[in-house]
Amino acid sequence: MTADVSSGEALPGVRPGTRPKAPLGRRIYHSFVLRRLVRSAFVIWVVASGVFLMVRLLPGNPVDVYINQQIALYGKSYEQAAAEAQNYFRFDPATPIWRQYLDYLAGLLHGDMGTSIATPGVTVTGKIAQYLPWTLYSVGLALLISITIGLILGMIMAYRRGGIIDHVVSIVGSGFHAIPNYLLAILIVVVGAVQLGVIDYTRMRGNVSPGVTPELSLRFLSDIGYHATLPMITYILTTVGTWALIMKASTTQVLGEDYVTVAKARGLKESRIQTNYVGRNALLPLIAQIATQAGFIVGGAIFVEQTFSYRGIGLLLFESINTRDYPTIQGVLLVVTITVVLANLAADLVNAALDPRIRLGEGGAA
Amino acid sequence: MTGAPPPVTSAPGAPAPERAAAVSPLRRLLSELTRSRSGFVGLCLVVAILLVSLLGPLVLGSQVVGDPMRAWEAPSGSHWLGLEGGGKDILHLLVTGGTTVLMVGFLAATITTVIAVAIGSLAGYFGGRFDALMLQLTDVVMTVPQIVLLAVVGAFYKLDSPMLLGVIIGILSWPVLMRSIRAQVLSLKEREFVEAAQLLDVGWVRIVFGEIVPNMASYILINFIIAVTNAIYAMVGLYLLGLAPQKGSNWGIMINDAWTKGAMFNPDAMAYIIAPVTMIVLLQLGLILLTRTLEEILNPRLRDR
Repeated sequence: MTADVSSGEALPGVRPGTRPKAPLGRRIYHSFVLRRLVRSAFVIWVVASGVFLMVRLLPGNPVDVYINQQIALYGKSYEQAAAEAQNYFRFDPATPIWRQYLDYLAGLLHGDMGTSIATPGVTVTGKIAQYLPWTLYSVGLALLISITIGLILGMIMAYRRGGIIDHVVSIVGSGFHAIPNYLLAILIVVVGAVQLGVIDYTRMRGNVSPGVTPELSLRFLSDIGYHATLPMITYILTTVGTWALIMKASTTQVLGEDYVTVAKARGLKESRIQTNYVGRNALLPLIAQIATQAGFIVGGAIFVEQTFSYRGIGLLLFESINTRDYPTIQGVLLVVTITVVLANLAADLVNAALDPRIRLGEGGAA
Repeated sequence: MTGAPPPVTSAPGAPAPERAAAVSPLRRLLSELTRSRSGFVGLCLVVAILLVSLLGPLVLGSQVVGDPMRAWEAPSGSHWLGLEGGGKDILHLLVTGGTTVLMVGFLAATITTVIAVAIGSLAGYFGGRFDALMLQLTDVVMTVPQIVLLAVVGAFYKLDSPMLLGVIIGILSWPVLMRSIRAQVLSLKEREFVEAAQLLDVGWVRIVFGEIVPNMASYILINFIIAVTNAIYAMVGLYLLGLAPQKGSNWGIMINDAWTKGAMFNPDAMAYIIAPVTMIVLLQLGLILLTRTLEEILNPRLRDR
């Protein structure tokens, strides 16, 4: 809270009337970055606290459940069960709750999120480090491809409004948008692999083929590309229509701007107008959307990764829910949130770098 | 009506219909909807699924009794889609399976919309501390991926009724809508009719909920439908993962059941997995077509706000 207030105060002092001078403008920019950083840290702190509350305090919380389970199933004494819970969840029941909370936060800062119950001896952090890269790789790459395709399609749609591409992409895009990504994944397996036999599902599931070791070789890279194909196709097909429609809408709007007309009147080359005048400006709303979409896709990864047995963070969450591995669940929730916060931050900063109105205008409100 | 002349370009764009407050906007919406091809298709899909799911159980009975001896029977004259692993008629399951999905979807959407409209309009109207606080709150809630949070909540606490699931989805998903409602109110509150009401000193309750909110009726309607779509997405996903109550039967449970029993490798059981998927996709498609068309009719500029 305090950090947040200070950022609010720092801002109004710097903001007004300092625009013309370059060095000051630079400082404003830095304060914008600072403000965003503080906000991101604040969000992470709130979520971390919420998780603590959920895991430790609410009725029916996992710690109590775990202790009761140990007593009921294995006839352990309360002390013994509590000691185990304490080991897994990294807390000390003897200390007052505020102390536990501070210890928990301090542990998080050191990357200590407890120990997995399902696989004894493995820390939650270690487990997540093993799974997260696969999700980042498959979701990130799919997002990149999807945005690039959507961007090109959207611009074509805007330039040839009412044309064949416009109609086809609109219809097909809405169609795929209507299919929840997990159902598309199921359909790919059922129709593509089982019915038509086009896709070798049993070979394509998982992250890497057995026997292929992580190294910087063509064999490894092509293998992980091969295994990531199905999840990525799912992500791309379900999102590309949305990107195309957003891009079409913003391009259409930019095309109507005066400066485009002027650029045309000046006889500039059409290709230059398309990239420098229209494209750049039309891109802005797209980038703002990336942050929200990133969170959505990472969430959807739970379903998709489970269907394709792709060993990413979504599958880890699913498995730890099934094995009641509470410390891991808690860790995954935190890490996924932090990933989304960072994606948001990145999108904000890129947007601010592209559009001066964002970093100069609007106070702390939005 | 279907053979209406091709694309009817709706209103010139500039005058947003919601500004012409007094004319019953819902009735005009309906007539415009039926004139647009995609809007009409969407409306038909949604209404058809609603009718089947609401009337179907009344006609066929809501309990599906199966004969385990006849498990996975291929489609035939008396069982159009065949029988599932417990010998139950798949078509019958399909007809009765929509009720929960729709009820949970509408319940969640109603809760979301009510919370979002109440908080959003108050925050937008009064501004100040409450506004800032609520924006902070939405900031936090929006960054936690909803599906992940739902899965975790489902794992930590037993969700034993579909209605409870609907309530939780509703409570978790209001922030996005609250932000757009707030933005709408920010512009609406500068209008003359609000000023007039303020001069008459009718009190903020009547200004906010009697003057401003009704002016956003169509906008709220669109977002309500979007909320239904999102709620159904979240709910069916949870059913698929087996994190939602597996009692009774609905489309989500059917897909989960089919998937875990490996129905896709059984040619006779293909209908058991494809049919519920198709129903959900058609419902989602109908709802999305409906929102797209409504958005176009009401105000092309409002799109992707």
